[in-house]
Amino acid sequence: MSQEQLSSETGVSNCDIRLCRLDDGTLLIDMKGHWVIDNTIPDRSQISNFLESSQPIHQIKIQSSDIKRWDSVFLIFIIYIKKLCKDRGIECRTDELPQGVPNLLRLIAAVPEVQGLRKEKTKKSVLFRLGELTLLNYANFCRQLEFLGELCLSFKRMLNRTARYRSSDVWLMIEECGPKALPIVTLISILVGLILAFVGAVQLSMFGAQLYIANLVGLGMAREMGAMMTAVIMAGRTGAAYAAQLGTMKVNEEIDALKTMGISPMDFLVLPRVVALVLMMPLLCLYADFMGILGGMVVGVGMLDLTFVEYYTQTKAALGMRDFNVGLFKSAVFGVLVAVAGCMRGMESGRSSSAVGEAATRAVVTGIVWIIVSDAILTVVYNALGV
Amino acid sequence: MSYGPVVIQRNLDFNICRGEVFIIMGGSGCGKSTLLKHLIGLIRPASGEIFYEQEDFWKVDQVDRDRIIRKTGILYQSGALWTSLTLSENIALPLLQYTQLDKNSVDEIVSMKLALVGLAGFENYYPSEISGGMQKRAALARAMALDPEILFFDEPSAGLDPISAKRLDDLILELKESLGATIVVVTHELASIFAIGTDSVFLDTDTKTMIAGGDPKLLKEQSCDPKIRSFLSRGMEN
Repeated sequence: MSQEQLSSETGVSNCDIRLCRLDDGTLLIDMKGHWVIDNTIPDRSQISNFLESSQPIHQIKIQSSDIKRWDSVFLIFIIYIKKLCKDRGIECRTDELPQGVPNLLRLIAAVPEVQGLRKEKTKKSVLFRLGELTLLNYANFCRQLEFLGELCLSFKRMLNRTARYRSSDVWLMIEECGPKALPIVTLISILVGLILAFVGAVQLSMFGAQLYIANLVGLGMAREMGAMMTAVIMAGRTGAAYAAQLGTMKVNEEIDALKTMGISPMDFLVLPRVVALVLMMPLLCLYADFMGILGGMVVGVGMLDLTFVEYYTQTKAALGMRDFNVGLFKSAVFGVLVAVAGCMRGMESGRSSSAVGEAATRAVVTGIVWIIVSDAILTVVYNALGV
Repeated sequence: MSYGPVVIQRNLDFNICRGEVFIIMGGSGCGKSTLLKHLIGLIRPASGEIFYEQEDFWKVDQVDRDRIIRKTGILYQSGALWTSLTLSENIALPLLQYTQLDKNSVDEIVSMKLALVGLAGFENYYPSEISGGMQKRAALARAMALDPEILFFDEPSAGLDPISAKRLDDLILELKESLGATIVVVTHELASIFAIGTDSVFLDTDTKTMIAGGDPKLLKEQSCDPKIRSFLSRGMEN
């Protein structure tokens, strides 16, 4: 803001500086005009150039009685001149600064910078950063193991009925990840069934074996795709939500409040979420299986001229309880993984808004990676067991 | 002012003059912060007008509203610093957005503002790395970044130790003197109210309207309303 010493002026309002060397070795700096942020401030190198010139300067005198308006840019200019003088051991006289400026300058210098606290952004070598990253990842890994261990203890407490949580929270979570997820699971599963059927249709019709579309879709959905696609959907939907909820609670110190009240955040927050997802995932998977078969039926009946009865009978013949069980067990495992990934990333989150976003992203990525890896492992295990 | 059907305050009518330190005070929940949010354009009044000099704030274009808001600086109750930016980046943001200054000048102004609030050297710290009181002061430095004509403070002394609160009062007085800024403060810190206030308005929770105004020191002595006298003497009077 500015202090207007005359009535407001319109029109051109520049700021001006004039340097004049007096006979007694004093450099007179005459500043006049409107020294405000909107104007272009004169180049300050002319002052240092003057000081570099052959004739020595013993003193700098700042004259500013002609200043009409001033604000921060004027202040930093004065500070710059004073610093210049201090560095060269020259005296700086500021007799007639505009009203208010001396007080502000005094306030600015009042609390000196505490030494050693300034953080500089230093460039670190690649090796340093690699080492730092390794140590960080190792620490993260240890923390994750700790989290899993705590979760197991929490489960044990739940089975002993000594865990402290609200059953209404469990029902709330069940509603969130069960019925509310049905629309998107429906959509995606029907489309996945459709796509499976489509992909197989071309090949199978070459052999006149269109009917086996039912096998393809049925087995594909029941054994694999139902569980996997549902799990990926839930990782994006519910895993991210868990991470964001817990991350924001961390920022608001709500988790600290639970701890200091003697309630384990693991029991109160994580357990209901994991339990809810584990219970809902197999049900959603089953639903997805049927929706997928329906999608395949649309292609079979619409494109391949099968009848509903043919498709239905073939599907029934191809699938057995074992196939469904394989998928359901996988989905239960995926449910645990998605919930754990979400809650873990949420509890690890930092305390800024971007940290919560980052936690949600990492929850989804971690969840999906764990889903695929465990899917591969389970497939091998099933194969070995002859299931 | 209302939130939906619930009226918070009604029939508010007051002027804030240039160069004053205007205190908005009242009991808890009377709507002080809400009133402030109305003044700075975050909430539209349920009925009535807000004038900045001669301009009706809500009748002019968005462009003019932005221009008016740019002349103000706001200190929010919990600082409201952007947590993913360093203190330096926080204060530099308005400067970079609204001026043509080069980076060096912006850095110098940022350092100067931080020094003004006693945080010299903390340029590269993130808000989560400094204490609550320091965050408040950094937020004040940001409010002052563009040397605004009007400053709005929402509970500035909340969370500050007594020395910092006194320093803040001194700084507010300096800003009034040096920059000629008009300052609107929402507070119930009595020490600050008497130290810096030159005009005020008292909002009442029960009657949901303003019941007094004027210099707080005069109010304490001469007000007819026992509620106000009690408030201003910290409940000592009966």
